[in-house]
Amino acid sequence: MTQALRSDLGSVPGHPSVAALRERFGSAVLRHEVVAGDEHVVYVDASRIVELLTWLKDELSQGFNFLSDVTAVDYGGGRPIQVVYQLYSIPHRRALRVKVELPLTNLRIDSVTRLWGTADWLEREVYDMFGVHFEGHPDLRRILMPENYAEGHPLRKDFPLRGRFSRAEQTRRALSHDPEDYYTPLELELGGVPQAVPWKETGGGAVPRASAREASDDGSEARRESHEGGAD
Amino acid sequence: MSDRTTEGSAPSRGGLTEGLFGSGTPTFLTTKVDFVVNWARRNSLWPMPFGTACCAIEMMASAASNQDLARFGMERMAFSPRQADVLICAGRVPYKLAPVLRRVWDQMPQPKWAVSMGACASSGGVFDVYSMVQGIDTIIPVDVYVPGCPPRPEALIYGLMMIQEKIRGETLARHAENRSETPESAGVPNAGSEEVRALSGPFGNSTFQNRASGLVHGTPQDRPGDRIP
Repeated sequence: MTQALRSDLGSVPGHPSVAALRERFGSAVLRHEVVAGDEHVVYVDASRIVELLTWLKDELSQGFNFLSDVTAVDYGGGRPIQVVYQLYSIPHRRALRVKVELPLTNLRIDSVTRLWGTADWLEREVYDMFGVHFEGHPDLRRILMPENYAEGHPLRKDFPLRGRFSRAEQTRRALSHDPEDYYTPLELELGGVPQAVPWKETGGGAVPRASAREASDDGSEARRESHEGGAD
Repeated sequence: MSDRTTEGSAPSRGGLTEGLFGSGTPTFLTTKVDFVVNWARRNSLWPMPFGTACCAIEMMASAASNQDLARFGMERMAFSPRQADVLICAGRVPYKLAPVLRRVWDQMPQPKWAVSMGACASSGGVFDVYSMVQGIDTIIPVDVYVPGCPPRPEALIYGLMMIQEKIRGETLARHAENRSETPESAGVPNAGSEEVRALSGPFGNSTFQNRASGLVHGTPQDRPGDRIP
Protein backbone atom coordinates (compact mmCIF):
# COMPACT_ATOMS: atom_id res chain seq x y z
CA MET A 1 0.00 0.00 0.00
CA THR A 2 2.68 2.44 1.08
CA GLN A 3 4.84 1.45 -1.82
CA ALA A 4 1.99 1.89 -4.23
CA LEU A 5 1.34 5.35 -2.84
CA ARG A 6 5.00 6.27 -3.14
CA SER A 7 5.14 5.14 -6.69
CA ASP A 8 2.04 7.23 -7.40
CA LEU A 9 3.69 10.28 -5.96
CA GLY A 10 6.91 9.67 -7.78
CA SER A 11 5.60 9.25 -11.29
CA VAL A 12 2.77 10.97 -13.09
CA PRO A 13 0.21 8.46 -14.33
CA GLY A 14 -0.44 8.74 -17.99
CA HIS A 15 -3.39 10.26 -19.76
CA PRO A 16 -4.05 9.12 -23.34
CA SER A 17 -4.97 12.60 -24.50
CA VAL A 18 -1.83 14.16 -23.06
CA ALA A 19 0.33 11.55 -24.77
CA ALA A 20 -1.45 12.20 -28.04
CA LEU A 21 -1.03 15.96 -27.57
CA ARG A 22 2.70 15.54 -26.96
CA GLU A 23 3.03 13.43 -30.06
CA ARG A 24 1.10 15.81 -32.22
CA PHE A 25 2.16 19.26 -30.94
CA GLY A 26 5.54 18.53 -29.40
CA SER A 27 7.00 21.61 -27.80
CA ALA A 28 3.64 23.40 -27.55
CA VAL A 29 2.84 21.12 -24.61
CA LEU A 30 4.85 22.65 -21.81
CA ARG A 31 4.03 20.69 -18.66
CA HIS A 32 1.78 17.94 -17.40
CA GLU A 33 0.77 17.43 -13.83
CA VAL A 34 -1.82 15.51 -11.86
CA VAL A 35 -3.70 17.14 -9.02
CA ALA A 36 -6.22 15.78 -6.53
CA GLY A 37 -5.45 12.20 -7.40
CA ASP A 38 -6.65 11.88 -10.94
CA GLU A 39 -7.19 15.31 -12.46
CA HIS A 40 -4.82 15.87 -15.33
CA VAL A 41 -3.61 19.36 -16.04
CA VAL A 42 -1.65 20.17 -19.15
CA TYR A 43 0.06 23.54 -19.66
CA VAL A 44 0.28 24.60 -23.26
CA ASP A 45 1.65 27.42 -25.37
CA ALA A 46 -0.72 30.41 -25.41
CA SER A 47 -0.14 31.25 -29.06
CA ARG A 48 -1.34 27.82 -30.25
CA ILE A 49 -4.34 27.41 -27.95
CA VAL A 50 -7.02 27.55 -30.64
CA GLU A 51 -5.18 25.13 -32.91
CA LEU A 52 -4.70 22.75 -30.02
CA LEU A 53 -8.24 22.89 -28.70
CA THR A 54 -9.63 22.53 -32.24
CA TRP A 55 -7.67 19.33 -32.60
CA LEU A 56 -8.83 18.06 -29.21
CA LYS A 57 -12.42 18.72 -30.18
CA ASP A 58 -12.43 17.47 -33.77
CA GLU A 59 -10.07 14.51 -33.56
CA LEU A 60 -12.23 11.39 -33.33
CA SER A 61 -9.89 9.64 -30.92
CA GLN A 62 -10.19 12.57 -28.47
CA GLY A 63 -13.66 14.03 -28.95
CA PHE A 64 -13.58 16.73 -26.26
CA ASN A 65 -16.90 18.10 -27.38
CA PHE A 66 -17.99 19.60 -24.05
CA LEU A 67 -16.40 22.71 -22.58
CA SER A 68 -17.33 22.65 -18.90
CA ASP A 69 -15.70 25.88 -17.90
CA VAL A 70 -13.38 28.66 -18.88
CA THR A 71 -11.95 30.49 -15.92
CA ALA A 72 -8.73 32.02 -14.71
CA VAL A 73 -6.51 32.04 -11.64
CA ASP A 74 -4.31 34.81 -10.34
CA TYR A 75 -1.74 33.47 -7.89
CA GLY A 76 -0.51 36.95 -7.05
CA GLY A 77 2.99 38.23 -6.58
CA GLY A 78 3.32 39.26 -10.19
CA ARG A 79 3.07 35.70 -11.38
CA PRO A 80 1.32 35.11 -14.68
CA ILE A 81 -2.43 34.72 -14.78
CA GLN A 82 -3.54 31.23 -15.75
CA VAL A 83 -6.49 30.78 -18.07
CA VAL A 84 -8.11 27.40 -17.49
CA TYR A 85 -10.12 25.37 -20.00
CA GLN A 86 -11.95 22.47 -18.40
CA LEU A 87 -12.80 19.95 -21.11
CA TYR A 88 -14.82 16.77 -21.11
CA SER A 89 -15.00 14.14 -23.79
CA ILE A 90 -18.49 12.70 -23.73
CA PRO A 91 -17.77 9.83 -26.19
CA HIS A 92 -14.60 8.73 -24.36
CA ARG A 93 -15.66 9.77 -20.84
CA ARG A 94 -12.44 11.60 -20.18
CA ALA A 95 -11.74 14.92 -18.55
CA LEU A 96 -8.78 17.17 -19.24
CA ARG A 97 -7.80 20.55 -17.90
CA VAL A 98 -5.83 22.75 -20.27
CA LYS A 99 -4.03 25.72 -18.77
CA VAL A 100 -2.36 28.68 -20.39
CA GLU A 101 -0.09 31.14 -18.62
CA LEU A 102 -0.34 34.79 -19.61
CA PRO A 103 2.10 37.41 -18.33
CA LEU A 104 0.44 40.40 -16.63
CA THR A 105 1.93 42.71 -19.24
CA ASN A 106 0.21 40.96 -22.13
CA LEU A 107 -3.15 39.51 -21.16
CA ARG A 108 -4.26 38.52 -24.63
CA ILE A 109 -5.36 35.19 -25.98
CA ASP A 110 -7.41 33.96 -28.91
CA SER A 111 -11.09 33.29 -28.28
CA VAL A 112 -12.52 29.80 -28.59
CA THR A 113 -16.10 30.94 -29.14
CA ARG A 114 -15.98 29.45 -32.63
CA LEU A 115 -15.40 26.01 -31.15
CA TRP A 116 -17.86 26.07 -28.28
CA GLY A 117 -20.72 28.55 -28.12
CA THR A 118 -20.67 28.42 -24.34
CA ALA A 119 -17.27 30.09 -24.32
CA ASP A 120 -19.01 33.38 -25.16
CA TRP A 121 -20.26 34.19 -21.67
CA LEU A 122 -17.45 32.32 -19.91
CA GLU A 123 -14.81 34.41 -21.66
CA ARG A 124 -16.78 37.54 -20.90
CA GLU A 125 -16.66 36.59 -17.24
CA VAL A 126 -12.90 36.04 -17.36
CA TYR A 127 -12.52 39.40 -19.09
CA ASP A 128 -14.71 41.07 -16.47
CA MET A 129 -13.00 39.55 -13.46
CA PHE A 130 -9.38 39.34 -14.64
CA GLY A 131 -9.04 41.67 -17.62
CA VAL A 132 -7.93 38.99 -20.06
CA HIS A 133 -8.69 40.11 -23.62
CA PHE A 134 -9.97 37.37 -25.88
CA GLU A 135 -9.08 38.20 -29.48
CA GLY A 136 -11.90 37.50 -31.91
CA HIS A 137 -14.63 37.37 -29.27
CA PRO A 138 -17.86 38.66 -30.86
CA ASP A 139 -19.02 40.72 -27.88
CA LEU A 140 -16.38 41.23 -25.22
CA ARG A 141 -18.23 43.26 -22.60
CA ARG A 142 -18.50 43.06 -18.85
CA ILE A 143 -21.01 40.44 -17.80
CA LEU A 144 -21.24 40.55 -13.99
CA MET A 145 -20.18 44.05 -13.04
CA PRO A 146 -22.13 47.11 -14.25
CA GLU A 147 -21.07 48.56 -17.58
CA ASN A 148 -19.92 51.82 -16.00
CA TYR A 149 -17.73 50.00 -13.47
CA ALA A 150 -14.41 51.83 -13.51
CA GLU A 151 -12.47 50.20 -10.70
CA GLY A 152 -10.78 47.52 -12.75
CA HIS A 153 -11.01 43.77 -12.58
CA PRO A 154 -12.04 42.57 -9.12
CA LEU A 155 -10.61 39.05 -8.92
CA ARG A 156 -7.04 40.17 -9.52
CA LYS A 157 -4.89 39.73 -6.45
CA ASP A 158 -3.86 43.39 -6.47
CA PHE A 159 -7.51 44.49 -6.22
CA PRO A 160 -8.55 45.78 -2.77
CA LEU A 161 -11.33 43.74 -1.17
CA ARG A 162 -13.78 46.61 -0.89
CA GLY A 163 -12.99 48.15 -4.25
CA ARG A 164 -10.94 51.18 -5.11
CA PHE A 165 -13.58 53.87 -4.60
CA SER A 166 -15.22 54.84 -1.34
CA ARG A 167 -18.61 53.37 -0.56
CA ALA A 168 -20.27 56.73 -1.19
CA GLU A 169 -18.71 56.99 -4.63
CA GLN A 170 -19.62 53.39 -5.43
CA THR A 171 -23.24 54.08 -4.48
CA ARG A 172 -23.29 57.27 -6.51
CA ARG A 173 -21.91 55.52 -9.58
CA ALA A 174 -24.34 52.64 -9.17
CA LEU A 175 -27.32 54.98 -8.99
CA SER A 176 -26.14 56.91 -12.04
CA HIS A 177 -26.11 53.67 -14.01
CA ASP A 178 -29.19 53.22 -16.15
CA PRO A 179 -29.37 49.61 -17.34
CA GLU A 180 -31.43 50.58 -20.37
CA ASP A 181 -28.53 52.62 -21.71
CA TYR A 182 -26.37 49.56 -21.91
CA TYR A 183 -28.57 46.53 -22.46
CA THR A 184 -31.18 45.68 -25.05
CA PRO A 185 -34.75 45.00 -23.89
CA LEU A 186 -34.14 41.36 -24.69
CA GLU A 187 -31.14 41.25 -22.38
CA LEU A 188 -33.15 42.93 -19.65
CA GLU A 189 -35.89 40.32 -20.16
CA LEU A 190 -38.40 43.04 -20.93
CA GLY A 191 -39.56 41.24 -24.05
CA GLY A 192 -39.35 42.63 -27.56
CA VAL A 193 -37.83 41.25 -30.70
CA PRO A 194 -34.15 40.45 -31.08
CA GLN A 195 -32.50 43.42 -32.69
CA ALA A 196 -29.08 44.42 -33.81
CA VAL A 197 -27.03 45.88 -31.00
CA PRO A 198 -25.48 49.19 -32.10
CA TRP A 199 -22.06 48.67 -30.58
CA LYS A 200 -21.79 45.17 -31.97
CA GLU A 201 -22.07 46.43 -35.54
CA THR A 202 -19.32 48.97 -35.18
CA GLY A 203 -16.97 46.37 -33.75
CA GLY A 204 -15.38 49.01 -31.58
CA GLY A 205 -15.82 47.22 -28.29
CA ALA A 206 -18.30 48.24 -25.65
CA VAL A 207 -19.37 51.75 -26.58
CA PRO A 208 -22.65 52.50 -24.82
CA ARG A 209 -25.23 54.85 -26.16
CA ALA A 210 -24.78 58.42 -25.03
CA SER A 211 -26.07 58.61 -21.50
CA ALA A 212 -27.74 61.87 -20.60
CA ARG A 213 -27.41 60.99 -16.92
CA GLU A 214 -23.63 60.90 -17.07
CA ALA A 215 -23.57 64.41 -18.49
CA SER A 216 -25.86 65.84 -15.83
CA ASP A 217 -24.01 64.30 -12.93
CA ASP A 218 -21.99 67.38 -12.04
CA GLY A 219 -24.50 68.62 -9.50
CA SER A 220 -23.89 65.73 -7.17
CA GLU A 221 -20.12 66.15 -7.01
CA ALA A 222 -20.22 68.49 -4.06
CA ARG A 223 -22.51 66.21 -2.10
CA ARG A 224 -20.22 63.28 -2.71
CA GLU A 225 -17.22 65.22 -1.53
CA SER A 226 -18.95 66.21 1.67
CA HIS A 227 -20.01 62.67 2.38
CA GLU A 228 -16.74 61.03 1.55
CA GLY A 229 -14.91 62.26 4.61
CA GLY A 230 -15.81 59.43 6.95
CA ALA A 231 -16.06 56.72 4.35
CA ASP A 232 -13.63 53.86 3.98
CA MET B 1 -56.46 59.19 -1.75
CA SER B 2 -58.08 61.62 0.58
CA ASP B 3 -54.85 63.34 1.56
CA ARG B 4 -54.42 64.79 -1.91
CA THR B 5 -57.90 66.33 -1.97
CA THR B 6 -57.58 67.77 1.51
CA GLU B 7 -54.23 69.28 0.66
CA GLY B 8 -55.63 70.78 -2.52
CA SER B 9 -58.63 72.41 -0.82
CA ALA B 10 -56.74 73.65 2.20
CA PRO B 11 -55.36 77.02 1.03
CA SER B 12 -58.73 78.36 -0.17
CA ARG B 13 -60.50 78.19 3.17
CA GLY B 14 -58.60 80.89 4.98
CA GLY B 15 -58.41 80.76 8.76
CA LEU B 16 -60.36 77.58 9.23
CA THR B 17 -57.74 75.48 7.41
CA GLU B 18 -55.00 76.60 9.76
CA GLY B 19 -56.33 74.26 12.37
CA LEU B 20 -57.54 71.65 9.95
CA PHE B 21 -54.65 70.59 7.76
CA GLY B 22 -52.19 73.37 8.19
CA SER B 23 -49.63 73.82 10.90
CA GLY B 24 -52.04 74.44 13.75
CA THR B 25 -53.03 72.20 16.60
CA PRO B 26 -55.07 69.08 15.79
CA THR B 27 -58.83 69.54 15.98
CA PHE B 28 -61.66 67.09 16.41
CA LEU B 29 -62.09 66.82 12.64
CA THR B 30 -58.45 66.18 11.80
CA THR B 31 -57.99 63.58 14.48
CA LYS B 32 -61.07 61.71 13.30
CA VAL B 33 -59.93 61.89 9.67
CA ASP B 34 -56.50 60.76 10.77
CA PHE B 35 -58.00 57.85 12.61
CA VAL B 36 -60.06 56.68 9.66
CA VAL B 37 -57.31 57.16 7.11
CA ASN B 38 -54.71 55.45 9.24
CA TRP B 39 -57.08 52.62 10.03
CA ALA B 40 -57.65 52.07 6.32
CA ARG B 41 -54.00 52.31 5.42
CA ARG B 42 -52.57 50.07 8.07
CA ASN B 43 -55.06 47.29 7.52
CA SER B 44 -54.56 47.00 3.79
CA LEU B 45 -50.82 47.14 3.35
CA TRP B 46 -49.89 45.41 0.13
CA PRO B 47 -46.27 44.31 0.06
CA MET B 48 -44.08 44.53 -2.99
CA PRO B 49 -41.64 41.62 -2.63
CA PHE B 50 -38.14 42.45 -3.76
CA GLY B 51 -36.58 39.09 -2.99
CA THR B 52 -32.99 38.58 -4.06
CA ALA B 53 -31.68 35.81 -1.83
CA CYS B 54 -32.48 33.33 0.93
CA CYS B 55 -34.50 35.92 2.87
CA ALA B 56 -37.05 35.69 0.08
CA ILE B 57 -37.67 32.06 1.04
CA GLU B 58 -38.64 33.17 4.54
CA MET B 59 -40.73 35.95 3.05
CA MET B 60 -42.60 33.37 0.97
CA ALA B 61 -43.03 31.26 4.10
CA SER B 62 -44.56 34.28 5.84
CA ALA B 63 -47.08 34.66 3.07
CA ALA B 64 -47.89 30.96 2.94
CA SER B 65 -50.75 29.37 4.80
CA ASN B 66 -48.85 28.44 7.96
CA GLN B 67 -47.91 32.00 8.91
CA ASP B 68 -50.49 33.71 6.70
CA LEU B 69 -49.46 37.30 6.32
CA ALA B 70 -52.95 38.06 5.00
CA ARG B 71 -54.25 38.00 8.57
CA PHE B 72 -52.69 41.42 9.09
CA GLY B 73 -53.99 43.02 5.94
CA MET B 74 -51.13 42.13 3.64
CA GLU B 75 -53.77 40.47 1.57
CA ARG B 76 -51.87 40.07 -1.60
CA MET B 77 -48.26 40.25 -2.68
CA ALA B 78 -48.34 43.00 -5.31
CA PHE B 79 -45.80 42.00 -7.91
CA SER B 80 -46.25 45.36 -9.57
CA PRO B 81 -44.77 48.28 -7.63
CA ARG B 82 -47.58 50.50 -8.84
CA GLN B 83 -50.10 48.63 -6.71
CA ALA B 84 -47.96 48.28 -3.61
CA ASP B 85 -47.63 50.06 -0.28
CA VAL B 86 -44.69 48.32 1.38
CA LEU B 87 -41.44 47.42 -0.28
CA ILE B 88 -39.91 44.35 1.36
CA CYS B 89 -36.30 44.13 0.27
CA ALA B 90 -35.33 40.58 1.20
CA GLY B 91 -31.76 39.68 0.47
CA ARG B 92 -28.47 41.11 -0.64
CA VAL B 93 -28.38 43.88 -3.21
CA PRO B 94 -25.33 44.24 -5.45
CA TYR B 95 -24.44 47.61 -6.92
CA LYS B 96 -25.66 46.44 -10.29
CA LEU B 97 -29.13 45.99 -8.82
CA ALA B 98 -29.13 49.33 -6.98
CA PRO B 99 -30.66 51.38 -9.83
CA VAL B 100 -33.33 48.70 -10.26
CA LEU B 101 -34.26 48.86 -6.58
CA ARG B 102 -34.32 52.64 -6.76
CA ARG B 103 -36.61 52.54 -9.79
CA VAL B 104 -38.98 50.07 -8.16
CA TRP B 105 -39.16 52.38 -5.15
CA ASP B 106 -39.77 55.41 -7.36
CA GLN B 107 -42.58 53.62 -9.15
CA MET B 108 -44.51 52.98 -5.95
CA PRO B 109 -47.21 55.57 -5.26
CA GLN B 110 -47.27 57.50 -2.00
CA PRO B 111 -47.87 56.71 0.77
CA LYS B 112 -45.25 53.99 0.84
CA TRP B 113 -43.00 52.29 3.35
CA ALA B 114 -39.90 50.13 3.09
CA VAL B 115 -38.80 47.10 5.08
CA SER B 116 -35.19 46.03 4.97
CA MET B 117 -35.31 42.31 5.68
CA GLY B 118 -32.25 40.50 6.91
CA ALA B 119 -28.65 41.35 7.65
CA CYS B 120 -27.54 41.78 4.03
CA ALA B 121 -30.23 44.25 3.07
CA SER B 122 -29.78 46.19 6.30
CA SER B 123 -26.01 46.42 6.44
CA GLY B 124 -24.41 44.34 3.72
CA GLY B 125 -24.05 41.46 6.18
CA VAL B 126 -21.03 39.30 5.57
CA PHE B 127 -20.75 40.64 2.04
CA ASP B 128 -18.39 43.46 2.88
CA VAL B 129 -16.93 43.37 -0.62
CA TYR B 130 -16.50 45.41 -3.76
CA SER B 131 -19.78 44.43 -5.39
CA MET B 132 -22.35 44.74 -2.63
CA VAL B 133 -24.49 47.65 -1.45
CA GLN B 134 -23.75 48.14 2.26
CA GLY B 135 -27.31 48.59 3.44
CA ILE B 136 -30.20 49.57 1.20
CA ASP B 137 -30.75 52.68 3.27
CA THR B 138 -28.08 54.21 1.08
CA ILE B 139 -30.41 53.67 -1.89
CA ILE B 140 -33.93 54.16 -0.52
CA PRO B 141 -35.35 55.41 2.80
CA VAL B 142 -36.06 52.47 5.10
CA ASP B 143 -38.71 52.42 7.82
CA VAL B 144 -38.12 49.07 9.52
CA TYR B 145 -35.02 46.92 9.68
CA VAL B 146 -35.66 43.25 10.41
CA PRO B 147 -32.51 41.59 11.76
CA GLY B 148 -31.66 37.97 11.18
CA CYS B 149 -29.89 35.75 8.72
CA PRO B 150 -32.49 35.09 7.52
CA PRO B 151 -35.19 36.35 9.91
CA ARG B 152 -37.93 33.93 10.84
CA PRO B 153 -41.39 34.65 9.44
CA GLU B 154 -42.48 35.85 12.86
CA ALA B 155 -39.77 38.50 12.72
CA LEU B 156 -40.93 39.75 9.34
CA ILE B 157 -44.53 39.83 10.51
CA TYR B 158 -43.42 41.73 13.61
CA GLY B 159 -41.59 44.20 11.39
CA LEU B 160 -44.68 44.73 9.30
CA MET B 161 -46.70 45.23 12.47
CA MET B 162 -44.17 47.88 13.47
CA ILE B 163 -45.04 49.64 10.24
CA GLN B 164 -48.69 49.41 11.23
CA GLU B 165 -47.77 51.00 14.54
CA LYS B 166 -45.92 53.72 12.69
CA ILE B 167 -48.95 54.43 10.53
CA ARG B 168 -51.11 54.59 13.64
CA GLY B 169 -49.11 57.56 14.85
CA GLU B 170 -49.12 59.48 11.59
CA THR B 171 -51.21 62.57 11.04
CA LEU B 172 -52.30 64.24 7.86
CA ALA B 173 -51.21 67.57 9.24
CA ARG B 174 -47.65 66.42 8.80
CA HIS B 175 -48.26 64.54 5.60
CA ALA B 176 -45.86 66.49 3.41
CA GLU B 177 -43.18 66.26 6.06
CA ASN B 178 -43.58 62.52 6.54
CA ARG B 179 -43.67 61.75 2.86
CA SER B 180 -41.01 64.13 1.64
CA GLU B 181 -37.98 62.63 0.02
CA THR B 182 -35.38 65.05 -1.18
CA PRO B 183 -33.04 64.04 -3.98
CA GLU B 184 -30.12 65.06 -1.75
CA SER B 185 -30.93 62.27 0.66
CA ALA B 186 -30.23 59.57 -1.92
CA GLY B 187 -27.06 57.70 -1.12
CA VAL B 188 -26.90 59.08 2.41
CA PRO B 189 -28.01 56.98 5.38
CA ASN B 190 -31.05 58.13 7.31
CA ALA B 191 -29.31 58.32 10.63
CA GLY B 192 -26.78 61.04 11.20
CA SER B 193 -23.12 60.15 10.98
CA GLU B 194 -22.46 60.75 14.69
CA GLU B 195 -25.35 58.51 15.64
CA VAL B 196 -24.19 55.76 13.30
CA ARG B 197 -20.66 56.05 14.60
CA ALA B 198 -21.78 55.77 18.19
CA LEU B 199 -23.92 52.72 17.50
CA SER B 200 -21.40 50.87 15.41
CA GLY B 201 -18.69 50.89 18.03
CA PRO B 202 -15.29 49.56 17.09
CA PHE B 203 -16.51 47.40 14.29
CA GLY B 204 -17.22 50.06 11.72
CA ASN B 205 -20.41 49.85 9.78
CA SER B 206 -21.84 49.66 6.36
CA THR B 207 -21.25 53.22 5.31
CA PHE B 208 -18.36 54.43 7.40
CA GLN B 209 -15.67 51.82 7.04
CA ASN B 210 -12.99 52.35 9.63
CA ARG B 211 -11.28 49.00 9.75
CA ALA B 212 -8.55 47.72 7.52
CA SER B 213 -8.53 44.22 8.94
CA GLY B 214 -9.99 43.14 12.23
CA LEU B 215 -10.63 45.57 15.01
CA VAL B 216 -9.29 49.08 15.10
CA HIS B 217 -8.63 48.96 18.83
CA GLY B 218 -8.63 46.08 21.25
CA THR B 219 -10.41 47.50 24.25
CA PRO B 220 -13.49 45.63 25.42
CA GLN B 221 -16.73 46.88 23.99
CA ASP B 222 -18.70 49.22 26.17
CA ARG B 223 -22.10 47.63 25.98
CA PRO B 224 -23.83 47.77 29.34
CA GLY B 225 -26.50 45.32 28.21
CA ASP B 226 -23.92 42.56 27.87
CA ARG B 227 -22.78 42.73 31.46
CA ILE B 228 -24.20 40.42 34.06
CA PRO B 229 -25.54 42.52 36.96
